[in-house]
Amino acid sequence: METPILEVRNISKRFGATQALTGVSLAFHAGTVHAVVGENGAGKSTLMNLVGGVHQADSGEILLDGRRVTLQSPNDALRMGVGFVHQEITLCQHMSVAENVFMHSLNDSGRPLVRFSEIQARTRKLLTDFDAHSPIDPRQLVEALSVSQQQVVEIVKALSVNCRVIIFDEPTAALTESETEALFRIITRLKEKGIAVIYISHRLAEIYRIADTVTVLRDGTLIDTKPVGSMDQLSLVHSMVGRELKDIYPPKARGNGSEVLMDVRGLSLAGEFEEVSFSLRQGEILGFAGLVGSGRTEVARTICGLYRKTGGEVLLNGERISIRSYKDAIRQGIVYLTEDRAKDGLFLDMSVAANISVISLDDVARLKLIQKRKELGLAQKFVSDMQIKVASPLARLRSLSGGNQQKVLVSKLLTISPKVVLMDEPTRGIDVGAKTQIYHLLRRLASEGVGVLMISSELPEIVGVCDRVAVMYEGRMCGILEGNHINEKSIIQMACLSTS
Amino acid sequence: MSTMNVQAPQKPAGGLARGMGRFRGFREGTTILIILVLGVIMSILSPVFLTGENFSTMFKIFAINGLVVIGMTLVMIGGGIDLSVAAVMALVGVVAGQLFLVYHWDIWTASLAGLAVGTVIGFMNGFFVTRVGLSPFIVTLALSFMARGLAFVLSQAMPLPLNTISNSFKFIGRGVIGSTGIPFIVVLFLAVALVFDFLSRRSTVIRRIYYVGSNEKAARFSGINVNRVRMGIYVLSGALAAVAGIFSVSRFNSAPPYGYAGVEMTAICAAVIGGTSMNGGEGTIFGAVLGIAMLAVIETATNLLEISPYLKDLITGAILLTAVSIDMLSHRKRA
Repeated sequence: METPILEVRNISKRFGATQALTGVSLAFHAGTVHAVVGENGAGKSTLMNLVGGVHQADSGEILLDGRRVTLQSPNDALRMGVGFVHQEITLCQHMSVAENVFMHSLNDSGRPLVRFSEIQARTRKLLTDFDAHSPIDPRQLVEALSVSQQQVVEIVKALSVNCRVIIFDEPTAALTESETEALFRIITRLKEKGIAVIYISHRLAEIYRIADTVTVLRDGTLIDTKPVGSMDQLSLVHSMVGRELKDIYPPKARGNGSEVLMDVRGLSLAGEFEEVSFSLRQGEILGFAGLVGSGRTEVARTICGLYRKTGGEVLLNGERISIRSYKDAIRQGIVYLTEDRAKDGLFLDMSVAANISVISLDDVARLKLIQKRKELGLAQKFVSDMQIKVASPLARLRSLSGGNQQKVLVSKLLTISPKVVLMDEPTRGIDVGAKTQIYHLLRRLASEGVGVLMISSELPEIVGVCDRVAVMYEGRMCGILEGNHINEKSIIQMACLSTS
Repeated sequence: MSTMNVQAPQKPAGGLARGMGRFRGFREGTTILIILVLGVIMSILSPVFLTGENFSTMFKIFAINGLVVIGMTLVMIGGGIDLSVAAVMALVGVVAGQLFLVYHWDIWTASLAGLAVGTVIGFMNGFFVTRVGLSPFIVTLALSFMARGLAFVLSQAMPLPLNTISNSFKFIGRGVIGSTGIPFIVVLFLAVALVFDFLSRRSTVIRRIYYVGSNEKAARFSGINVNRVRMGIYVLSGALAAVAGIFSVSRFNSAPPYGYAGVEMTAICAAVIGGTSMNGGEGTIFGAVLGIAMLAVIETATNLLEISPYLKDLITGAILLTAVSIDMLSHRKRA
């Protein structure tokens, strides 16, 4: 086999008491897309930071074209041909495309003044080399571009120094469906140009679409490297997680046909989704699958009054309910768990108790005065029921781990004893232990008669947890899967290939 | 949920209360300490400092501005700022004064009209912040100019002489309680401050201000009507500034259209010294009152020691910088 462009041999890295990577050896070849997967804390980012020059390894070596190199900084790595497209866009928004692309090398010409005509011409050439019909003008301000166009600028920036290895760290996290498609086309083109692409993602579906090779990391060690085709999604998850899935997911509901709790008929939100109808039965967990941007979140938020519907109706226990604000929904017993915990969910600098009591403030108050003892009692109850690890309910929420913060957020919703819970990505960014607890909690709620709707982008979790799965595609409900039909293949087929 | 059994809190309430005291009391504790140290130094340096007369002057300084501080603190806890308070004080005085002088309204009725004007300006602040979506800094700055301009227009830029107002009205700002020598206005302010401090810790309405200031989106996603809360704080701040304006008329028997310059900055300063966060979500009325008390002590000290008033500003600025630096460093340690 040819010499790999980039190779790491027996590389290790320790941060304080944490051994982040232990003796990992890997080779990346020209013209391939090599996916690296693993759970949070598995060592993916550490590995990439070593290769990208952000951190330096404790032991082991990095070889470029078979020659040993030391990378002291991201700039070193870039000059040696390793480009890093970070999860977040790292461009100067108020500057032009050309200025961003040549940011690293503005001084290289030795002139004190920037010759704009030159960097614009070179940027235009890079852009057209990359895509003959590129709509991006080098003089445009970056802020005027769409997210995927900005990603193109990031990539062109890496190409401006003749990168032969490009690392993508969770590149689709912020992208819409069509932008993701554009990115995949870009990656294919990079591959054709003989560049080695390293692709990090926790979205397995994407990996099956574009990667040639997949490497699994777990607890800082290399578990497996295989061609993608030789590993099905389930065994991939097994090797990532390191345990059987049946330990992770609770048993499903027995039988169905119990009565309908919530009926959504022809719900629409202009520009987002049209004519969505489904029913949520008592005692079931209904999954909501579909690509990011397919309208799942919008449906949930419209049901609970965070967005104002433009058509359709919602029936609860057979009665039509009118919801004009989220407050109305709460009063009806419908609660929503937001997908973006830190941004829309948490009061990080307030106490755990204040975070739990926020939607049932009137229940712990008398004459509009909060009864501290009642409020603390409520918090204590949930801290012990939900096994939230915290010294006191008066501790600031900021001091808790992500998983425990999520449990606080879920507790908040449960304080009103809801009839329907709409969970939007309830396990995003938390570790497997906390995920399992959330799954079992959802199952327990369902068995107590609460209607549970779970939106998730992680198919294994949808398949493992849900009794029925509604699939959305571009603002339309394309079908509901039940029983044995719930598997990743049929969900993907519906979510990506629907033409209805 | 039905299956969850209610448990008694694991710790006794006393322990929790103490925990909360330690958590919240840090900033207030430091402020009290600085006030005491300043007090001790002053009582040594100046024989006049510890007299009742001096104390009543000192308390009067902060009683009126203190009302503005309460409003400002609540606005800041809610994540906003109100730069219009000083101009509102001036405008309210001028409106009430002109109604009294020119239209011969009863001074009490004229004061009510003044209160209405202050509240309307608060409402306008709230309207442009919540409905138009402008930044509170810009909106309240603009309304500050407008209110000040209106005050000048209505008074022809001359202070209104109001010596003829009734004695019962003068009593608010100048009266003392019985033979104790305690100024009525000080008692009034302390009562208002106590009520607001209690409410800020206990009332569901004010707790919602904390939620909105801590994370506006999360508040919305918790069923809180964020716009109503934000509207409420500006209306309250405008109303409290109006009350302060009326009290000033009573105390000084005058309504200067150019008066009270810098009161908004003093109020922000007091709130921040007392632990209110510029980012919202944090702060207490108690702390803010201590903050304005500290500024009053510094002002009295510079007066008594015949120190240049410029030095007063220098000291105030240095204390503000120290207070926020300590706060920032302690936050950083925690994070």
